[in-house]
Amino acid sequence: MSIINAKELSKIYRVSEKQPGIAGTFRHLLQRKHREITAVNQISFSIEPGEIVGFLGPNGAGKTTTLKMLTGLIHPSSGELLVAGHKPWQRKARFLRQITLVMGNRQQLLWDLPALDSLKVNAAVYGIPEKEAQRRINELAEMLELGEELLRPLRKLSLGQRMKTELLAALLHQPAVLFLDEPTLGLDVNAQVRVREFLADYNKRTGATMLLTSHYMGDITTLCPRVLLIHQGELFHDGSLSELTQKLAPCSQVRMELSEIHNVEDFCGYGDIHSLEGHQVQLLIPRAELSERVAALLNRFEVVDLEVSAPPIEELIGGLFRSREKL
Amino acid sequence: MKELRRYWHSLCCFWSSSIAAELEYPLNAWVELLSVLGNLAGSIFVLKLLFGNGVALGGWSWNGSLIVLGLYTVLDGFTTCVLQPNLSRIVNHIQTGTLDYVLLKPIDSQFWLSTRTVSPWGLPGIIAGFCLICWALLKPSSSISYGLPSSGALLLAAALLIASLIILYSLWFVLAALSIWFIKVWNATEVLRYTLVAGRYPVSAYPPALRLIFTFVLPVAFLTTIPAEALLGKSSSIWAIAALCVAGICLTGSRLLWNYAQRFYTSASS
Repeated sequence: MSIINAKELSKIYRVSEKQPGIAGTFRHLLQRKHREITAVNQISFSIEPGEIVGFLGPNGAGKTTTLKMLTGLIHPSSGELLVAGHKPWQRKARFLRQITLVMGNRQQLLWDLPALDSLKVNAAVYGIPEKEAQRRINELAEMLELGEELLRPLRKLSLGQRMKTELLAALLHQPAVLFLDEPTLGLDVNAQVRVREFLADYNKRTGATMLLTSHYMGDITTLCPRVLLIHQGELFHDGSLSELTQKLAPCSQVRMELSEIHNVEDFCGYGDIHSLEGHQVQLLIPRAELSERVAALLNRFEVVDLEVSAPPIEELIGGLFRSREKL
Repeated sequence: MKELRRYWHSLCCFWSSSIAAELEYPLNAWVELLSVLGNLAGSIFVLKLLFGNGVALGGWSWNGSLIVLGLYTVLDGFTTCVLQPNLSRIVNHIQTGTLDYVLLKPIDSQFWLSTRTVSPWGLPGIIAGFCLICWALLKPSSSISYGLPSSGALLLAAALLIASLIILYSLWFVLAALSIWFIKVWNATEVLRYTLVAGRYPVSAYPPALRLIFTFVLPVAFLTTIPAEALLGKSSSIWAIAALCVAGICLTGSRLLWNYAQRFYTSASS
């Protein structure tokens, strides 16, 4: 049975519109104009227990609005939604004990105090007995490689250390579903890698379900076998990253270094020429005919070096967003 | 019972962690003590001027007026201890989006927002207020010495003081909750705090129009004058019951408003 089940979920915001300038301000005061913005438009998906799902989309695509509906922070305008067997917007204590939200750009721990003090507060709020709380803190601290950092005031920790303590605080009550909104935001490459490793390890150990948004493709490619791609409030893709790549780029990129210089005409019938500079040539060849055409190329030309690759996923997704925005 | 224990334990953790955070800045205690003593001296000076020509203030004796002033000082200390540090954060939570974390905790969000922190710097005010009340009740040199109130009067005064704390809290909380719609409404708490300064003196000392406002619009009368009357053993039962009812209505009103306001919370954008 799915742990998250969303059916035709929509969220429509009513916003007031104001023209710029002082005249616009007065007009706005006297006669308010409102318009409706569809932030999320009838998206449906379900997530099984233990899955790690990446949630992709440009800024303003509706990712955060969807996360807020899933966590119960805002009411959906329409559609059906069940998370861990509960309607999230009712925010019942039994539901809240099963979920957690980590936001890379916001912190819940007290700035002036050591993280350990804030963790004790969280333990009390969730009704976790003192000994059990200490055991969980030790276990998570070990996984996160946190030690005496927990005893230092939060303001004296680095961004990476702060994010790790935030993760510890968010997981203290052993939630079954983790909503992670840009958990590696602003972290350096090493810290990003450590957070990813921790999340993968945590998922393996506990079987927790994770829904992750991130602008760093590294987070998605490392952690998420499945991605949901949302754009302009609509679900564009629900499946694996490789399926998404195939959907977005039906061609593979073939780069060759040749022993002799050739003309454009020589490559007719092998694929579209992406670039041709001296001995270097790059062709775009449909995946379905890749092996056949590469074999033909190797027969026809004297190839010094050959590389076949898919276009980078960032470029593909960026291209998709740009092309849909133009429509 | 288990839930009550969880709330109690949470409150202990809230307050111990916030006191630890406040003690990072120990100089604040001395600043607050000086501020309380300065305010108190100023108010006593004004009272002394008013009583200088031997006229009673709205039918209140010098000692009785000191009791009203003492109760006001206690309430002001409570505001510094609990109301100001907690409720001023609500606006901040809304603006930065950290209210999300509060709403996702399995604990009543109004309880969290109202009690999450405590500032020990209001304690000098609370202690000074109670000292002033005791001094006014027992001062032997005054023309009227009230002596120790009866246990009944003491109990009633304690109940009415709790009612006034609830009324004061509800007024602050309602203003804070309104910031879900109007962020700048928080500035109104400053207006509220300065209007409630009127509670330093017995309500009967004000002109009739202001008396009406301080009783039925801004319940200043219920905050200090009515508990002081109870302490002096001259409380009317109708006003005492009214004070308890107003407290109940204010608390229920603040609760209903908060539950309603949450529906309009859209959370800050990321």
